[in-house]
Amino acid sequence: MNPEEFNTKEEVTWCPGCGNHSIFMALKQALVNLNIAPDQVIIAYGIGCHGHEVNYLRTNGFEGLHGRPVPVAEGIKLANNELNVIAVSGDGDAYGEGLSHMINAARGNHNVTYLVHDNRVYGLTTGQTSPTSAKGTKSKSTPEGAIDEPINPMAMAIAAGATFVARTFAGNIQLTTELIMQAIKHNGFALLDILQPCVSFNKVNNFQWYMEHTYKLENHNPADKVAALQKALEMEKLPLGVLYKEEKPSYEEQVSELSEGPLTKKSLEVDKEKIMEEFL
Amino acid sequence: MTDFTWKIAGPAGLGIMTTGLIFSKAFSRGGYHVFDYIEYPSLIRGGHNTYQCRISSEAINSQSRSVHILVALNKETVDLHKPEMLENSAVIYDNEKMQAEVTAGKPYPIPLTRLAKESGGKELMANNVALGASMALLDYDLGILEGVIRDMFGRKGEEIVKMNMNAANAGYNYVRENFKEPFFVIAKKISDNRKYLLTGNEAIGAGAVASGCKCFVAYPMTPASSILHYLAENAKKYGIAVRHAEDEISVINTAIGAAHAGARTMTATSGGGFALMVEGYGLAAMTETPLVIVEVQRPGPATGMPTWSGQGDLRFVMHAHQDDFPRVVMTPGDVEEAYYCAAYAHNLAEKYQTPIIIMSDKHLAESHKTAEKFDHSLKIERGELIDSATDYKRYKLTKTGISPRLLPGAKGAIVVANSDEHNEYGYSCEEIENRNKMMQKRMKKLDMLAKELPAPKLYGPEDAELTLTGFGSVKGAILDAIKILEKEGIKVNFLHLIYVSPFPDKSVKEALSKAKKVISVENNFTGQFAGLVREKTGKNITKRFLKYDGRPFYPEEIAEKVRKVLKK
Ligand SMILES: Cc1ncc(C[n+]2csc(CCOP(=O)(O)OP(=O)(O)O)c2C)c(N)n1
Ligand code: SF4
Repeated sequence: MNPEEFNTKEEVTWCPGCGNHSIFMALKQALVNLNIAPDQVIIAYGIGCHGHEVNYLRTNGFEGLHGRPVPVAEGIKLANNELNVIAVSGDGDAYGEGLSHMINAARGNHNVTYLVHDNRVYGLTTGQTSPTSAKGTKSKSTPEGAIDEPINPMAMAIAAGATFVARTFAGNIQLTTELIMQAIKHNGFALLDILQPCVSFNKVNNFQWYMEHTYKLENHNPADKVAALQKALEMEKLPLGVLYKEEKPSYEEQVSELSEGPLTKKSLEVDKEKIMEEFL
Repeated sequence: MTDFTWKIAGPAGLGIMTTGLIFSKAFSRGGYHVFDYIEYPSLIRGGHNTYQCRISSEAINSQSRSVHILVALNKETVDLHKPEMLENSAVIYDNEKMQAEVTAGKPYPIPLTRLAKESGGKELMANNVALGASMALLDYDLGILEGVIRDMFGRKGEEIVKMNMNAANAGYNYVRENFKEPFFVIAKKISDNRKYLLTGNEAIGAGAVASGCKCFVAYPMTPASSILHYLAENAKKYGIAVRHAEDEISVINTAIGAAHAGARTMTATSGGGFALMVEGYGLAAMTETPLVIVEVQRPGPATGMPTWSGQGDLRFVMHAHQDDFPRVVMTPGDVEEAYYCAAYAHNLAEKYQTPIIIMSDKHLAESHKTAEKFDHSLKIERGELIDSATDYKRYKLTKTGISPRLLPGAKGAIVVANSDEHNEYGYSCEEIENRNKMMQKRMKKLDMLAKELPAPKLYGPEDAELTLTGFGSVKGAILDAIKILEKEGIKVNFLHLIYVSPFPDKSVKEALSKAKKVISVENNFTGQFAGLVREKTGKNITKRFLKYDGRPFYPEEIAEKVRKVLKK
């Protein structure tokens, strides 16, 4: 396989220079490296610029509602746990509209890979403040500057019980590819927050800014939850890499009805008289 | 003919629901027809709970006003239910625990608690003493009661079964010894022919299981919760994955994911929960995902009256979500229809690749009714489900509007579903021609679906003086009202709608054109159904019998209304 096989014929309409292009490249490369064919993976998308990827990436796809790719992914995985299931989201989608789903997917350890395209802005709706925008961010929805403090998705996911929590920067395609691969391979809920420049609406957090405000994690033990939380709380200079990782049975492994294979492979025929016996 | 009502009432937390169910089962197993009805506030302790069982040697469809035996677990019960008592009705109460003044019906003071303790049981077994006492009054076979108790408590051990039965025996013997005069209602066993006894929620659950539903996702909300409980309890037995998700938004999106992946999937909620699901409902329609949604109504708005009944969600459910898409809303009227609708809905959902709503209400959901054997002939039909394709188009344009459906994971194919308007492949597309074709494609499915739905049913004589009409659970009380009126020589019929969308305009128009007078019977304030009939048929039903107090219709009050309208 090669990454080209993952391209559709649709025209890619992301702005030139947008971080989505590099995330797209990294995802394709990760799938190739893992030898996952387009028909063996399904991606649930949120609504935003990130979600347009449904049109460009040649795999099974489900573009749903704003904020809801995670529950759709959970449902797909519950019905057919033989599929690789990925959810693609944006910072508005993931940490605004759909935040509760991440917390609950984490505590249930659903075997879903969660790729959040975090550009600190609402791209598709023309640049309003997002849950990861810095306090004071001026935008169309906050002309006097955002009052709210930004969310800390890393710390929040660790606290919620996520078993794989990592961060990368779209500008580093190699690292992003590597971390997407790890996230996909992880058995359980895996959050990868991908710092992404939005060239059209985020003039502050541009490529240069991320280069200056991130560093690669070294000598960090991702099995150490306290250390992971400490790293997650570093907000000035953002650590990139796997902050936290833990091995635990996934949600699907604990659903007894899946022990003999996916729901989609079960026979639908039931002894109808038998169902009614308890009502006699 | 035997037709009586037994009622147990008192504060919550005294096991009223279990005792009532035992009574219903005991008579169902003796060959009787049963319809029971419960009232309880949204509290775990306190408040006033009632469980009434109507038992009849003939088929019945609803509860009835008059109570023949009242088991009063506190003094207030005696006072509260006075209007329901007949001259000779029995009021059973614990004369050593409360001082009751029985001014309606006849007092049957029985030391329920003392007898329970003396027979070796705990205080709660007082209810069993009352059960035994009631059986003695009715001259019913205690052996049947024992069978029911054994089935319900057998798992807890023989000891518990014995304790329960000893208490029942004590009550039985006490009545035999102390109240020698025969009671005015006698209900001996009719036959050993067992019928089903189940609630509307259980019927929906069972119907779903029968149709091969393999995934159920829900968030608890009265009065829909017992569907979740039934399916969760039976999940292992039938290989159904049941997930209680974090909220209804997650529920519907999870359900859509599971259904898209290929599992027959259902969810159930009440109005408030459905309000949260509305965006997902349209997503299912847009992505052409088969899904069954059960909406069990309770009075609103907002939290409203959680444990009471109503039909005020008709217009909301019919019009939920933005823009047009095929809207299918079924409105079963009794347990048989609930079972059938649930099974059938899964077929419709997959054949037409669209969400199907089953709308019920607390009255249907939580009342037990006996039913003869169900019709199990419905075959599982999955529609155009294919297992391979080259150059697969999820939304391929076809004559019927139905595109062959391939499940994600099929070798060599890519399945793309999209919430954005999309082209045949599923990729986003907003071009004029494409938009028009896709809208027409989705809507076209409804034409074909409408043709396969059964016509609304007209119950009663063709040449009736008056026609009653309505949807859903009003059916029971109306059918029983027709019987009351028939005995008085008043001919009334009933046009019942088991689905309201797509609306069967032709048959309704035809039936109403023949009607001399029409009354729309509905559990809501504005006559939403009458409004719908007018919109779809041009027929203006001016006479409406509307009730929005959370209580179901009683056949007696419908009969009364008919007499008034007919000036009889
Ligand atoms: C329920 C709902 N509310 C609002 C919107 C409008 N909307 C579309 S995308 C979006 C925000 C997108 O921001 P983000 O998730 O960060 O994605 P990005 O465009 O930056 O990739 C909003 C508010 C919507 N589609 N649905
Ligand atoms: S608006 Fe921003 S996020 Fe959207 S495509 Fe353009 S650069 Fe990328």
